[in-house]
Amino acid sequence: MRAVRYWSVSHAGAMQRVYQALERLLIMIDPLLRKLGYQHLEAPFAAVERVLKGWFFDCRMCGHCVLQSTGMSCPMNCPKQLRNGPCGGVRADGSCELDPAMRCVWVEAVRGAARLPGERIQVIQAPLDHSLVGRSAWLRELRLRTAP
Amino acid sequence: MRFDDEPIEPGDPLPILPGHHSAGRFERLLRAGVFTITAELSPPDSANAEDVYARARIFDGYVDGINATDGSGANCHMSSSGVCALLTRAGYAPVMQISCRDRNRIAIQGDVLGAAAMGVNNLLCLTGDGVAVGDHPGAKPVFDLDAIALLNIVRTMREQACFESGRALTTPPKVFLGSAANPFVPPLDFQVARLAKKARAGAEFVQTQYCFDVSLLERFMQQVRDEGLDKRLFILVGIGPLASARAAEWMRTHVPGVRIPDAVIDRLRRARGKGAAKAEGKRICIDILERVREIPGVCGVHLMAYRQEEAVAEIIDRSRALDGRIPWYPGRDRHSRPAREVDSPTELPEEMLA
Repeated sequence: MRAVRYWSVSHAGAMQRVYQALERLLIMIDPLLRKLGYQHLEAPFAAVERVLKGWFFDCRMCGHCVLQSTGMSCPMNCPKQLRNGPCGGVRADGSCELDPAMRCVWVEAVRGAARLPGERIQVIQAPLDHSLVGRSAWLRELRLRTAP
Repeated sequence: MRFDDEPIEPGDPLPILPGHHSAGRFERLLRAGVFTITAELSPPDSANAEDVYARARIFDGYVDGINATDGSGANCHMSSSGVCALLTRAGYAPVMQISCRDRNRIAIQGDVLGAAAMGVNNLLCLTGDGVAVGDHPGAKPVFDLDAIALLNIVRTMREQACFESGRALTTPPKVFLGSAANPFVPPLDFQVARLAKKARAGAEFVQTQYCFDVSLLERFMQQVRDEGLDKRLFILVGIGPLASARAAEWMRTHVPGVRIPDAVIDRLRRARGKGAAKAEGKRICIDILERVREIPGVCGVHLMAYRQEEAVAEIIDRSRALDGRIPWYPGRDRHSRPAREVDSPTELPEEMLA
């Protein structure tokens, strides 16, 4: 829902704090998750993410979350799915070239990023790995963080 | 302007100078600090090579590079790689536009190698217009990459000699890399950050969207200089003549990302009489060219004169943007080759000995 999506950007700071708390929690219980086996957790994690991130960010389950680099505005809602910045077609009122009823995802991202510390919006994002689509982004991130 | 090491055959590459990336004239001119001019060739809806050459000849002696568009406005035309293949045969310096809308990373990387092998020295990496604005709104939009990811990949191909997958190339593509900028649309203050990101991803030159609002450009260029980006990027400002007030109205509502101030449209509207609006459109373009040329950090202009290609020569002449120099075109040096450069005349083809 767009209204909720815009609200999440307006509260990007709070959203990021929730994310950081979740991160700490997951890292803490990682040994337990590891024992259970990541492969068994994939489906339930993905289901939870689909609901939660779907509600707050209109998540499209790309499997490679970059919300904290995009001011909590999900770039997959861009009709061109641009992960590095807006295209050159943004309308003068800040709405999308292809969907005039929607505010440009990147105009929103800049608004959200202003509420977050650091300059993560400047990070160059690699092209999406399409083999991750539909999978849990949290588990992937956790695996990368805790990899020995 | 002539280079001392001009190749004898027009299609042959120039030697790549130290610190340069490509064998092309376009990069040479920019790095020499010359005010450089490019123009957009509108690709034909035909399979006839002569249609491409006829459109290129209009610019002979006026431009330093010819942009070959890649389905601009999401409309179908002859491909940019096809146009570039023809242009390089004649020795022209094309800027091959690559849009991410129609092809994925496998197709695009293959095209980059093919283009470089054909003698294309300049690539303009674009995201591309959405399919909804074009003549095939039912087409599948690809957007596997965006312009910044594409720049990064081509630079990796050039410098690390490998594909995005990491697989090695035996000969990397020696290309000069460019991208687009649009200083005229929101998020205005992020546009410079976006440009910086493009420079970090590999862009060396930039061609902007149509500039009709010079004060916005001045503001943008101030930010560009504050960030030191004018030292890292060659910036060519997009300009073009408007045919009438109605055409201008159509353009600002239908062409994504084009911003035309009311003052410009009023100026066109006031021009009455046959051909008056068209003449005024050219005058506006010349005024803009003269003003942007004075802005520090602007290295040239990119002329987009859709359906008015014949106006390009007049605009360049009247604005004196070339300062009297004649850009290379096929046949330019045929009769005027200075003797000092012909060390061994017996090796030259007959027509050059005339």
